Amino acid sequence: MRPVLTIARLTILEASRRRLLLALGVLTVVVIVLTSWGFSRLPTMSGVTPAEVRLASSQLTILVAFMFSGVLALGSTLVAAPSIASDIESGIALAILPRPIRRSQLLMGKWLGLALLVTVYAAGSGLLELLGIWLATGYTPPNPIAALTFVAAEGIVLMTLTLLLSTRLAPMTGGVIALVLFFVGWIGGIALAIGTGFDNETIKNIGTGSRLLIPTDALWHGAIFYLEPPDFLALARAGGRGARAGNPFFADAPLPGIYLAWVVGWLAAIVGLANWSFAKRDL
Amino acid sequence: MEAADAASLAVHTQDLAKRYGKTVALSGLTMSVRRAEVFGFLGPNGAGKTTAVKLLVGLALPTAGQGWVLGAPIGDLETRRRLGYLPELFRYQGWMKAREVLGLHCELSGMGRSEWRKEIELALQIVGLTDRADDKVEGFSKGMQQRLGLGVALLGRPELVLLDEPTSALDPVGRHDVREIIRTLKARGTAVFLNSHLLSEVEQVCDRLAVVDHGRVIATGTMAQILGQDGAVRVRVTGLPADGRAGLGEFGNLEDEGEWLTFRGLSTDRVPQLVAEIVRQGGRVYAVEPRHETLEDRFLQLLKEQDS
Repeated sequence: MRPVLTIARLTILEASRRRLLLALGVLTVVVIVLTSWGFSRLPTMSGVTPAEVRLASSQLTILVAFMFSGVLALGSTLVAAPSIASDIESGIALAILPRPIRRSQLLMGKWLGLALLVTVYAAGSGLLELLGIWLATGYTPPNPIAALTFVAAEGIVLMTLTLLLSTRLAPMTGGVIALVLFFVGWIGGIALAIGTGFDNETIKNIGTGSRLLIPTDALWHGAIFYLEPPDFLALARAGGRGARAGNPFFADAPLPGIYLAWVVGWLAAIVGLANWSFAKRDL
Repeated sequence: MEAADAASLAVHTQDLAKRYGKTVALSGLTMSVRRAEVFGFLGPNGAGKTTAVKLLVGLALPTAGQGWVLGAPIGDLETRRRLGYLPELFRYQGWMKAREVLGLHCELSGMGRSEWRKEIELALQIVGLTDRADDKVEGFSKGMQQRLGLGVALLGRPELVLLDEPTSALDPVGRHDVREIIRTLKARGTAVFLNSHLLSEVEQVCDRLAVVDHGRVIATGTMAQILGQDGAVRVRVTGLPADGRAGLGEFGNLEDEGEWLTFRGLSTDRVPQLVAEIVRQGGRVYAVEPRHETLEDRFLQLLKEQDS
């Protein structure tokens, strides 16, 4: 376990020394200040009622969360894609791996370090943004902790997939493939919503298949659900399925337990596959 | 050889082979490196030298054969605590200071934290980087990075150090320093496996060596055995009759080059006897000199023999 922690610490230290954390932190604070200022304008608009401010705040909160989840997904891909591949290409891994450290320990150390970075960023940026929104409008989503957990899980899922690709592919190739899969998953989620709205089994199956293969969009919808106020949910449900068909910013139910179990299994399988792939590779 | 026998050796391989797809990188490498000796591993580019080292340190997996390092099967995790390795492609975290890189390797090798400081200072001193210990590695020249790599390989007083082209980026002073470091390692009982194509380097420091070509050992032994210095003497002679020349064959393998005669396989104590015989047959001797074959001559000869 000690080598895993050593590599995890090294991964976090590298992100810090290369000023990734500083750059991300400064930009995030700037974005939070700007969006909070924007939220603070809502109650000052002429003729709006507190209920309308609350409704608008809830929808804008989901949009802002989408932006942060996107930053997190893209960021975790960019950081994970070179994590193993670059160390092999540059020769850094050739110096480390003849030490008494298993390849699985190196990989899991990288995974742990990156997962911590993703979690800390999701929690830090999310809580700060929600604090800004609350100060500006008085609005707080119904379950922010659950929502942020799903956003972090989305980042970890994509990071893990990219790490698997990084054990065999060049950083650029692995990163591009991971991003393509991420967007395919997003489109698959929209297909599922359209298929459900119009009761089209074929489109629904395509959407379900994409959710099983790439769980990022499903986790994003898991986050959305906990950001939607109950009265908004009731209103949307009353509008019928067709009215919300294809809306990527709406979720009418939490993710079922069986699907969450699938995601945990998927994650374990990808981690296992990454370890197997790295262990079998000649360096 | 049994595993128990391999324990007395620093390295032992038996028909170790490595194939990358259709390319054969190593085809049946059998060799032994004794403890506390400096062993040179010579070969032309593409002979399989780096592949062999990577197999020994567990960076690549053999497709056939067996190997033992310090008595344990290759890749054994615990044995790696007693190994030092400088890769051919050496690169260290540019964002770290030299001292931090050494600290990281102390940590990864499982060394007690109380020993780190002493080990790091010693390694820095040996490779001449004490003044640059707190500089970031990204500011180092290639030669300095190679020195750092050498320092990393020396941490923890390993029993076996594998050096893959350790002077490829060094200037003549650096090369001299590396030879001194290798001699120091030998003096303290560390076996050194020196993978190099710099023949002069191998000639100066190695006790024994193996020459590899096309992934196979084509010659192995001490320097004297490889060079065949059991006797090669050149004699400049005039006035020797033809039948007299033929009679000199008993002194060794004779190469007749006109005035110069070369006798291979002639021991030094028989040289006066040879000269007396030449004079007895009417020849006049102008020069007698031991023929010194360089490692480069022998190396090229071995490769030529292998190709033919």
